[in-house]
Amino acid sequence: MQSSDKESNRGDTRRDFLKKSSVITAIALTPAAAVKAAENQADERFAELFEKIPLNITVNNKAYSTSVEPRVTLLDYLREELHLTGTKKGCDHGQCGACTLHADGERINSCLSLAVMNEGKKITTIEGLASGAELHPMQAAFIKHDGFQCGYCTPGQIMSAVACVNEGHTGSRAEIAEYMSGNICRCGAYPNIVDAIIEVSKGGAKV
Amino acid sequence: MINFQYLRTTSAKSALALLQKDKNAKFIAGGTNLIDLMKRGVTSPEKLIDINHVPLRQIELVGHNIIIGALASNTNVAENKLIKEKLPLLAMALNAGASAQLRNVATVGGNMMQRTRCGYFYDTEMPCNKREPGSGCGAIGGFNRMHAIFGTSDKCIAVHPSDMCVALTALDAVVVIANAKGERKLLFKDFHRLPGDTPQLDNNLKADEMIIRLEIPANNLAAHSHYLKVRDRASYAFALVSVAAAVEISDNKIKDVRLAMGGVAHKPWRLTASEDFLKGKEANAQNFEQAASLAMSGAKGFGENDFKLAMSPNSIIEALNLATAKV
Ligand SMILES: Cc1cc2nc3c(=O)[nH]c(=O)nc-3n(C[C@H](O)[C@H](O)[C@H](O)COP(=O)(O)OP(=O)(O)OC[C@H]3O[C@@H](n4cnc5c(N)ncnc54)[C@H](O)[C@@H]3O)c2cc1C
Ligand code: SF4
Ligand code: FES
Ligand code: FES
Repeated sequence: MQSSDKESNRGDTRRDFLKKSSVITAIALTPAAAVKAAENQADERFAELFEKIPLNITVNNKAYSTSVEPRVTLLDYLREELHLTGTKKGCDHGQCGACTLHADGERINSCLSLAVMNEGKKITTIEGLASGAELHPMQAAFIKHDGFQCGYCTPGQIMSAVACVNEGHTGSRAEIAEYMSGNICRCGAYPNIVDAIIEVSKGGAKV
Repeated sequence: MINFQYLRTTSAKSALALLQKDKNAKFIAGGTNLIDLMKRGVTSPEKLIDINHVPLRQIELVGHNIIIGALASNTNVAENKLIKEKLPLLAMALNAGASAQLRNVATVGGNMMQRTRCGYFYDTEMPCNKREPGSGCGAIGGFNRMHAIFGTSDKCIAVHPSDMCVALTALDAVVVIANAKGERKLLFKDFHRLPGDTPQLDNNLKADEMIIRLEIPANNLAAHSHYLKVRDRASYAFALVSVAAAVEISDNKIKDVRLAMGGVAHKPWRLTASEDFLKGKEANAQNFEQAASLAMSGAKGFGENDFKLAMSPNSIIEALNLATAKV
């Protein structure tokens, strides 16, 4: 696992490496003229311009107009470019749900979605859930029911839990468990998480 | 993940034109399989053509066919009223696959094209004829608990991992495929391939083609259908064995029946002999048992997956029981 919030320094070096290696790939994949430009030291910028794609995206109600390399996942873009580190990287392969967020209102695994595929979309991460100092009802319910242990996977759990209520999949404990099964917590807090979701769905709070 | 060129297109026509220019380019739909494979270095396309903006997300009834666009998401298909009512088997199979997060982005076309979950295929240090033709097969004589018992070859014993495709095989779906020149149709049962000597080919889609939509003929099987998935944990795991069963009963007799299995072959495995046997007979335990044993002809285990030889017939009987018990 290469991500905890404290590791952003290491993240930086990794980014530098990626930048360098992408220049090399760019040369391998680029038409002769561009390679020549690169050899003439008009290089890095050109290579980057050649590679980056414009991206217009709204994250937690804030609009961003940037550009990214196509290979950057939405998860890495949020964590490394926007420094929104609430969305966690667990497996990085769609298996654990730690990176769950909402794209145009639907929950997705941000580790398996390229940032550029989210052009024009409205993204909500755990940072965008609370309004000001007031916790989102699901956040409050998780605290009340002790729905987390080490807390690492909790942002993804909460984003999934909110979606689970919005989707109307809270008919029974079994249904909730089934629809939360894409979030695999190693700390075994499931019954408490189900309690929290039941409370929010019964409370009729707008989620 | 090494870098690649990214092209976004908004029509099937332009997507196909781009593919025509560069047959090594790859479409990206939801990305849930492709990005995973790219991160692991199993595949490294130089160009991705993003087809998410191509308007192929329709789910509708046209005449006697239920039409599903190639880019309809697995969630939208599974939650669709028409599908729940007319093709509950398909909805059940979809809901048995992956997680809500993945189903929200996974598309019908991408699901059909997803690659095997064989561990040796995923591990680029290991020999695998599917990933690298001629390098050998790590699974034969290796860890093959998840692997095939039907239609295997000495080159590959991988299984197709999809749940959706098992239901579509049973439902006699038709795949509509296009290239730059026009469209062709293929029966779903002929879409995927057995490994033979060319395990690198999962299906019969050609390098310059794109899946456009599915056409599923309306049927009378909705009342008695069930998708049974047997797996290592209650949810969010690939099938060890799965069975799609759909039965039409009138006057206590089986008028029509469809049976297909997942997790047992390189393609969704249709049980034609069992279906033929059951047609016209009563829906009872004895007939189900006989149908299940007919299904096993030609089955062969590879050691760790021998348990599937017993699990398969039991699962067929269970699926038939559950399907016919529905009122
Ligand atoms: C952790 C995990 C668990 C999973 N569990 C299950 C499970 O239990 N059951 C199950 O069935 N599946 C499961 N899946 C697989 C999932 O269903 C597939 O990844 C998904 O369906 C692929 O769809 P996609 O749109 O994301 O495809 P992509 O990843 O975008 O594409 C996959 C392939 O299809 C090609 N392609 C896409 N659309 C077209 C088209 N229209 N024409 C031609 N080619 C096309 C692409 O070029 C690519 O080669 C799981 C996946 C993960 C990551
Ligand atoms: S079973 Fe097929 S996919 Fe698996 S290692 Fe052998 S050749 Fe590769
Ligand atoms: S980090 Fe995305 S699912 Fe695990
Ligand atoms: S709370 Fe620790 S992994 Fe979920």
